[in-house]
Amino acid sequence: MGILTTFKDWFGNDWGVHPDDRKRPAADAAVRVMPVPERLWLPLQQHLGAPARPVVLVGQRVKKGQLLAEAQGAVSAPVHAPTSGTVAAIAEITAPHPSGLTLPAIVVDADGADEWGERVGCADPFALAPDEIGRRVAAAGVVGLGGAAFPSSVKLAGAARAGVATLIVNGSECEPYLSCDDRLMRDAAAAIVDGIRIMRHASGAARVLVGIEDNKPEALAAMAAAAASCAEIRVCRVPARYPMGSEKQLIQALSGIEVPADSRPADVGVIVHNVGTALAVRAAIRDGQPLISRLLTVNGGCVVAPGNIEVRLGTLAADVLAFAGGLHGDGLGLARRLLGGPMMGMQIPHWRVPVVKGTSGILALAADEAAAGDADPCIRCASCVRACPVGLLPLEMSARIRNDALDAAAALGLADCIACGCCAYVCPSRIPLVQYFQHAKGELAARERARLRTDATRKLAAQRQERLAREASEKAAAAARRKAERAAQQSAAEKLVQGEPA
Amino acid sequence: MIAAVLSLTLLGALLGVVLGCADRFLRVEGNPLVDEIGALMPGSNCGQCGFPGCAGAAAAIVAGSAAPTCCPPGGKALAAAVAGRLGLAVDLSALADDGPQIAGVAEELCIGCCRCSKVCPTDAIVGAAKQIHNVLREACTGCANCVDLCPTEALLLQPVPPTLPHWVMPKPLGA
Ligand code: SF4
Ligand code: SF4
Ligand code: SF4
Ligand code: SF4
Repeated sequence: MGILTTFKDWFGNDWGVHPDDRKRPAADAAVRVMPVPERLWLPLQQHLGAPARPVVLVGQRVKKGQLLAEAQGAVSAPVHAPTSGTVAAIAEITAPHPSGLTLPAIVVDADGADEWGERVGCADPFALAPDEIGRRVAAAGVVGLGGAAFPSSVKLAGAARAGVATLIVNGSECEPYLSCDDRLMRDAAAAIVDGIRIMRHASGAARVLVGIEDNKPEALAAMAAAAASCAEIRVCRVPARYPMGSEKQLIQALSGIEVPADSRPADVGVIVHNVGTALAVRAAIRDGQPLISRLLTVNGGCVVAPGNIEVRLGTLAADVLAFAGGLHGDGLGLARRLLGGPMMGMQIPHWRVPVVKGTSGILALAADEAAAGDADPCIRCASCVRACPVGLLPLEMSARIRNDALDAAAALGLADCIACGCCAYVCPSRIPLVQYFQHAKGELAARERARLRTDATRKLAAQRQERLAREASEKAAAAARRKAERAAQQSAAEKLVQGEPA
Repeated sequence: MIAAVLSLTLLGALLGVVLGCADRFLRVEGNPLVDEIGALMPGSNCGQCGFPGCAGAAAAIVAGSAAPTCCPPGGKALAAAVAGRLGLAVDLSALADDGPQIAGVAEELCIGCCRCSKVCPTDAIVGAAKQIHNVLREACTGCANCVDLCPTEALLLQPVPPTLPHWVMPKPLGA
């Protein structure tokens, strides 16, 4: 390990990997807008935090943009109707999640009119107070559209409180295959810059850095032209390298600030938002439009017509694929179904999974694109160590996890792993390193929950003992009181009896 | 020769006295380790381990007659903590298989007799006389104390259904 650590020092600046990005030709095809499907499935949890609570009844008619479920708790986001129609049910649907478990969703049957409900826009967002912008962004259900789906208003409010100096806008889109952010920047640069200015106003940041990878020259040019008149916004070219889009790596590449392992970007005066989020914030503030649709990339060797498609939230991936021209040979050569990119996306069991706010792509990979084959033993080549952007020792951690020594893996910094997949990508032995780390993180979290539960059980048992003791003593006291009362009555009666003849 | 014999004898005698004193004055009452392990246990004395309460289980684990995995409500977290404290190696995979169970009331069968709620060590059953009773999922440890008492067999142990936030990615096979 000592040798490995030294190794890390030598190669410390060589983090990340350079996968074949495979973004074109999908990135160069014009955006297609998918018509509203007959039925939409809107999961109550499309964001990090607490699930939303339904506020509509089955059978109720809803307008486009109407609130379907409200946010619950400090970190949560509401869900809105993507089109006008009728609430058909509140039912379970397969979650966009590798487990294949279901989650509750509001089912809306479209009426075809696609008629907007009431919208309250604002012609001059810069006249609004920052917290009013935050409130409107929260009410519009805007979450980070890069994939993490963290409620944007929480981030903006936190930034204003912490007094951050720098707003970083993430246009790096480092995942292979995905090009929806690239497409947005090419097609709607002016609107994105407007959204960035609104976010800057809301967060109180002095300067804005937009990071775009150098494999997207058209997007770089479009954004630079759109931001030319804004002195406070700088569009920066960053090298194409995965995972450049990871918050901490992008912050370091753009501003040189290193975010310590146990702190958040806001602690060092920075917040990061995605370019798609900037557009959603603009729509929420200027037009009063909640987040009801998004641009996503449909790509992969099995897709007949890859490209970027604007889709209403709640559309099933199966419908999106059908709109995109379907799969070659009806999906005969399909090796992997993914939501998101190939590095960090999640594998799904079938295509009857709804598009949610964080769905940046739908990938149908053919066998020659999906790394496959059984894992061989680790040859201790240390490629994974060199690739890890966080500076961890993946081979050492996975060896410990294989032997169920999870605490030892945690001591090596497991919690700092961002699950970027660089280590597994470079491993010549095809060891599923990320799966080891995800397993260990889940298992440690489950143990922590069990520990809390044991504590709670102990408290409950103690409270019961206390209650039983209290009840027993109260009973005894009541019995004693009754006895005393009886004795008093008796003696009074005796006195009466004695007094009578007198 | 004489000097060697003498010095060794003297050393032996001296150490003997020291050991004797230590035995007399430093003797420990009970086993602090048992108390320490007992403090880690859930403390509901539910008896699922097969011992008379949590203290009994703690004593058996320390004595080596029970495995650190013997407490179902404590689960892997407790087993790992106990094994870590005792320096034992445990096979936690056995615990994963059947998973935790909790009680549930079949509402159409419950007659509201209140027998079950009296014996629950964590007060997990709520209800009043002649009213349908219910089990609070968060508080039930699956001890089954209540199950046999129910005259209508309304109480049954059921596996805890997996939920999205509690799902754990499986460990890779092989390699
Ligand atoms: S998945 Fe984790 S360990 Fe592997 S390279 Fe990424 S951060 Fe490092
Ligand atoms: S890259 Fe794979 S084979 Fe090489 S050291 Fe890491 S885990 Fe072992
Ligand atoms: S509800 Fe029944 S099984 Fe659950 S803790 Fe109480 S007595 Fe035990
Ligand atoms: S023992 Fe059975 S019938 Fe009686 S209250 Fe409990 S669940 Fe209902």
